[in-house]
Amino acid sequence: MALPPHQDLIACPHCDTLHVAAELPDGARAACQRCHAVLQTAQPGALISVVSLAVAAIVLMVVAVSFPFMDLDVSGNHNATSVFNAIAAFNTGLAVPLAVAVALFIVVLPVTRLLAIIYAISPLLRGAPPRPLARKAFGLAESLRPWAMAEIFMVGVTVALIKVADLATVTLGPAFWAFAALVVITVFKDQLMNRYAIWEALDKATPAD
Amino acid sequence: MGTARCARCHGALQSRDTQSLQKVWAWLIAGVILFIPANIYPMLLTNTLVEKSESTILGGVVDLVHHHAYGIAAIVFVASILIPLGKFLAIAYLALSVQRRSVINMHQRHKLYDVVEFIGRWSMIDVFVVAILSALVQLNTIASINPGIAAVSFALSVIFTMFSAQSFDARMIWDADRTAT
Repeated sequence: MALPPHQDLIACPHCDTLHVAAELPDGARAACQRCHAVLQTAQPGALISVVSLAVAAIVLMVVAVSFPFMDLDVSGNHNATSVFNAIAAFNTGLAVPLAVAVALFIVVLPVTRLLAIIYAISPLLRGAPPRPLARKAFGLAESLRPWAMAEIFMVGVTVALIKVADLATVTLGPAFWAFAALVVITVFKDQLMNRYAIWEALDKATPAD
Repeated sequence: MGTARCARCHGALQSRDTQSLQKVWAWLIAGVILFIPANIYPMLLTNTLVEKSESTILGGVVDLVHHHAYGIAAIVFVASILIPLGKFLAIAYLALSVQRRSVINMHQRHKLYDVVEFIGRWSMIDVFVVAILSALVQLNTIASINPGIAAVSFALSVIFTMFSAQSFDARMIWDADRTAT
């Protein structure tokens, strides 16, 4: 049996079963026959939403790192803390590498992913050919996905708030809300981002040589 | 010999990573070893005017229960104890079943792998709690909270088990299956 040309085949990223790619109607999704992993989705306008959400998330991240995150008040003694303070909390001895890891997880890697996605996808919106490193950038954004932990940080913050609630009065700063919004936006963006659709779009926009 | 590369993303192509299981076991064992000090040593060092206390991961959960914060206690317990332990068992089971070329429960094992990959990173919650508390509660003599050594080993344990899960090539689950259509 002759296989269709390889551009028309999809190997399931999970179990390697080969499928023939189909032109999906808008809003439809295609799943693997063997393991039911989602292979393709067709969402019109997904690319522009992904880029705009990524830009919004970067703006919010700037706010989140530059303003105070929370303020602690125990009978007149104040301590305002920022995201940087939380990173710098691990500033003694063996804990220093942990400060680096926390900085990577909650600020550096999320921002790297956002920038890589904007760099890779934004020219496609104008119908321009992809930038020279677009493929590398998008591959990087995909491989960093599990290591960007902004949403986990927010859950940690909630737990910490409850722990100090009866010890002191805590006031939430603007950075807290910016960070919370950032997390929601990132989740929406990742939901909209279909790997296969974006690679297809990159391929279509690349001039044949 | 050159490496075959993907025409689309230029990633190196490899049918199966022959050392996948070795990497899985190596990272997994490192993760399990670090999980021990993570539970024995204190996660948080708390100084107040009246007392100086240290609390471990489990101690922190017990404190929360005493403060009647049951929901939060449950989140911390699940994220810091149940998920890591469950992950160790799940990864070991997946690796063993692939080594034995098991053909049963392939769908369930694949699901299990997806769950492990998805849920592992959530164990980091407790590390972030320590980071925030240590940054926030710095009121000179009145009260201060500092991170303990367990925070470092716990974070490393989580990172190593994430590497372990990522080294597992889920396609190996299906390799024993030669009858599928």
